[in-house]
Amino acid sequence: MPETVVAVVLMLALTAYAVLGGADFGGGVWDLLARGPRAEAQRQAIARAMGPVWEANHVWLIFALVLLFTAFPRAYSSLGVALFVPFHLVLAGIVLRGAAFVFRAPAATAAGPQRAWASVFGAASTITPFLLGATLAAVSSGGIRVAPDGSVSTNALHAWFSPFSLLVGALAVALFAYLAAVYLAVETRGALQEDFRRRALGAGIAVAVLAGALLPLAPRTAPHLWELVSERGRVLVATGAALALLSGWLVWRRYFLLARVTAVAEVVVLLWGWALGQWPYLIYPDVTVFNAAAPDPILRFALWATPAGLLILIPSLWLLFAVFKGENPQAGEPPGALDPRTNPARPGAGIAAGSPAAGAATAGQPTAGPVRGDGGGRGRPAGPAGPRPLGQDGGPDGARGT
Amino acid sequence: MDSLLAARLQMAISLGFHMIFASLALGMPVLMLMAEGLYLRRGDPRYLELARTWAKVTAITFAIGAVSGTALSFELGLLWPRFMELAGPATGPAFTLEGFAFFTEAIFLGLYLYGWNRLSPRAHWLAGIPVALSSAASSVMVVASNAWMQNPVGVQTLLEEPHRFDPVAALFGNPAWPVMALHSTLACYAATAFMVAAVYAWAALKGYRDPMRRSALRMAMAMGTVAALLMPVTGDVSAKFVAQNQPVKLAAMEAQFETEAGAPLRIGGLPDPETGRVAYALEIPGMLSWLAYGDTGAVVEGLDRVPRDRWPNVPLTHIAFQVMVVAGILMVLVSAWYWWAVWRHERGARAGTAVRAGAAHGDATATGSGGAAGVLADRRLMRGLVAAGPLGIVALEAGWIVTEVGRQPWIIRDVMLTADAVTPAPGVVTTLVAFTLLYVLLSVTLVWLLRRIGHKDVPGETAGIHPAGAGDPAHPAGPGGPGGRRPATAEAGGAGAGGGR
Repeated sequence: MPETVVAVVLMLALTAYAVLGGADFGGGVWDLLARGPRAEAQRQAIARAMGPVWEANHVWLIFALVLLFTAFPRAYSSLGVALFVPFHLVLAGIVLRGAAFVFRAPAATAAGPQRAWASVFGAASTITPFLLGATLAAVSSGGIRVAPDGSVSTNALHAWFSPFSLLVGALAVALFAYLAAVYLAVETRGALQEDFRRRALGAGIAVAVLAGALLPLAPRTAPHLWELVSERGRVLVATGAALALLSGWLVWRRYFLLARVTAVAEVVVLLWGWALGQWPYLIYPDVTVFNAAAPDPILRFALWATPAGLLILIPSLWLLFAVFKGENPQAGEPPGALDPRTNPARPGAGIAAGSPAAGAATAGQPTAGPVRGDGGGRGRPAGPAGPRPLGQDGGPDGARGT
Repeated sequence: MDSLLAARLQMAISLGFHMIFASLALGMPVLMLMAEGLYLRRGDPRYLELARTWAKVTAITFAIGAVSGTALSFELGLLWPRFMELAGPATGPAFTLEGFAFFTEAIFLGLYLYGWNRLSPRAHWLAGIPVALSSAASSVMVVASNAWMQNPVGVQTLLEEPHRFDPVAALFGNPAWPVMALHSTLACYAATAFMVAAVYAWAALKGYRDPMRRSALRMAMAMGTVAALLMPVTGDVSAKFVAQNQPVKLAAMEAQFETEAGAPLRIGGLPDPETGRVAYALEIPGMLSWLAYGDTGAVVEGLDRVPRDRWPNVPLTHIAFQVMVVAGILMVLVSAWYWWAVWRHERGARAGTAVRAGAAHGDATATGSGGAAGVLADRRLMRGLVAAGPLGIVALEAGWIVTEVGRQPWIIRDVMLTADAVTPAPGVVTTLVAFTLLYVLLSVTLVWLLRRIGHKDVPGETAGIHPAGAGDPAHPAGPGGPGGRRPATAEAGGAGAGGGR
C-alpha cells in the first residue's frame, strides 16, 4: 500500500515536470525556431516568461529521480544500466541547456560565444525532451529486460530506436512546443501574440498527426500498454483527445487563457492515461512497483517527508507565481521582468497580487536614490497598458537577472 | 582504461566541478545578504550596488551548480547502479530533504533576483534569507548521505531485516555526519570568501580603490576569517573521529604504514607504498598519537592492519591531506595579516596621517586618498590576497580527495567495494571523455562570463580614486569577477549579465 502511494506521488512530480518543465523545453524549441521580423522579440518574450521560474520548474525532475531511487531502488539501478547511453545524452542536454540559459543571457547585445550558446539552448531544449519521450516509450514497450538476478539486457533496436519510441519522442517535443506557445500567447500582446498563436496551431497539428501515426503502431509495438490503456485508460485517453481538440479550437478563437487551462489538462490527462496503462509496471514486464519497492520504513519516511516539504514549497511556489505571473505591468514594473500579462479585466490587480510590496517598492525609491532608480528610470514602461512594447524594453533586459 | 577507473574519474570530475559552484552558491548569498542588510540599515548606495553585483554572481553559480547537481543525481545511478540499489533506500531520505531545500532555494532565488522592484526593500532582503539557509541545508544533507557511506549505520539491519531499518537513525543518528557537515560547510564559506577577496584585491592593484570596494573586501574577509578560524577546530574533531572510526583512512592520511605507539606527525613527505617508507617528511615524535588520541604514547593503527589490496591510494591521500592543512593554515595567516593592516590603517586615518604603504611603490593615489582607499593601497597585502584567492577551493577539493580516496576501495565502508558497484554497461570511457570536454567548455565560458560582471558607478564614490589611466578606454579591464571591470565599461557587463534592476 505505501508503495502505491509513493508511486502516485512520483507520478505527480512527473506531471508537474511535464507541465512546467515541459513548457520550458517548448520555450527553447520556439527560441530555436524564432523567425520573421519579430524573431528577437519572440526570444525576449520567451526569456522573460522563463526567467524567474525556470530553476524551480526543473527541480521537479530531481525530485522525481530522488523519489525513484529512494522508493524503487531496483528500478533506478536497472534503468541506469539499460539507458546508459540515452540518459547520458539527456544529461548532456540538461547541462548544456541550463548552462546556455545563463550564458546566452545578453544575446541581444553581444555577438560571438553568446549567439552560439543561444543555439545550444534551442538545440538542447529540443533534443532533451525527445530523448525523454523516447526513453519513456522504451520503458513501456518491453525492450528492457531485468533478470531475477538483477542483470539487465536491452534490445536497443526494440527499446529506443523503434518507430514507436521515435514517435513518442517527437510527440513529447510537439506537446511541449504546443504548451509553450499557448502559454506565451497568454503572456504577449499584438503581433507577437499572433506569432505564438500561429505557432500553437502548428504544434497542435503536429501533435494530432503524431498521435494519429502512433495509434496503428501501438497495438503492435506495445501491445501490453495498448491493451491496458484501451481497457483501463480508455476514458482518460479519449478525454485527453477531446481536450486537445477543444484547446486547439480555443487557440483558433483566441481564447488564450482557456486554451492554456485545457492544454495543461490535456497533458495531465494523457500522462495519467499512460500511467494507468503502465500500472503496476515501472519497467515492463519485469519490474513492478511492488517488486522494486524499498523496505516499508523508507517508503513511510518518503511519505511523511513529502507533505512536510510541500508545506514549505507550496506557499513558496504560490508566492513566486503570484509575484511574477499575476502583475499588471503598470504597477511600476521593471523592463526585464518577465511576463507582461496585461489583464484589462483586472486593473490594478498587480498590486494586490504582488503584495503590498509592489507599492512599497515605489515608496522606497527616494531613499534608495539614484541607484535603486536604475531600474526605475527605464523601468516603468511608458507605453499604454495595452500592447506592451516588447522590442523596446527587451534588449539586454530579456536576459537580466539570470 | 577500464570501466571502474573511467567511472571513478567521471564521478570525480563531475563532483569536483559541481563542488566549486555549489560552494560559491553557498557563500555568495551570505555576502549578498550582508551587503543588502547594510544598505537597508545605512541607506548607503554602495552596499546596494554590492548586493546587486553579488546577486548576479549568485545567480550564475547557482544555475551551474544546479545543472551539474542534476547531472550528479543521474550519474549516481548511471555509473554506480549496484551501489544505488543497496544505498538508495539508506541515502534517499537525505536526498529527499536535500531536494526540498534545493527547491526552496530555487524558488526564493527567483524571487530575489527578479524581485528587486517587485518586492519592498525589506521583503526583498527577507526573500534572500531562505536562499542562504537552504543552500546550507542542501550541503548538510548531501554530506549526510556521504557520511553514511563512510560510516554505514544500520547497514546490517538493512541487509538482513530491511523492515526494521530506521532511515532517520541511520542518517541523522550517524556520529560522522555533524562532524563532516560542519567542516565541509565552513570550507564552502571560506572558499567563496577568499575568491571574492582576491577579485577585489586584484582590482585594487589595478587602481580601483573606492570605499565600495573596500567595504566589499572587508565583508569577504570577515566571512573568510570566521570560516578560516573555525576550520582547524572542526578539522581536529573530524580527524579524531576518523581515527576512531576509520583507522585505515587516518593511516593513509598520515602515511602511517606500521602500527606503532607514540606515532609521529609527518609533515610533508612522499610515501612509498612499496617500501612502506616516507621520504622527505619532517617528523614530530608522538604528535600524531597526541592529535588523534590526546596521548603521545597512544597506539595508532597502521596500514599493516589491513591486507594490501584494501589500502586506499596512500600517496594521494597523504599529499591531499597535507595540501588541505597547509591551505588552511595559510588562510588563517592571511586573515591575520589583513586585519592587522586594517587596524594599522584605521589607526593611521584617525591620527590624520595616511599610511604610505602604496607610496613606496610610486602610486600617487595611495598618498592622495590613503584614508579612503585604506588597506586597498597596501600593495603587498593585495598581492597576498590575490595569491590566497584559490586557497579555499584548494582546501575544499583536497579535503574531498582525502575523504573519498581515503575511503577506497570501499564505496560503502566494509560493505561494498567500489569495483562491485560500477555499471556493467560498456562505453564509460566515451562518456568520461565527452563529459570532461563538456565541463571544460562550461568552465571556460563561465570565467569569460564572470569577467563581464562589473560594478556600476556609485555616485560620488569613485571620483579621484582611480588611477590616472582610469578614464582611458584603452585601460585594460580587470581580470575577473566583481570589481574587475572598469566603471566605464561596467554598464555593458552589468546590463549583460543581468539582474541589475
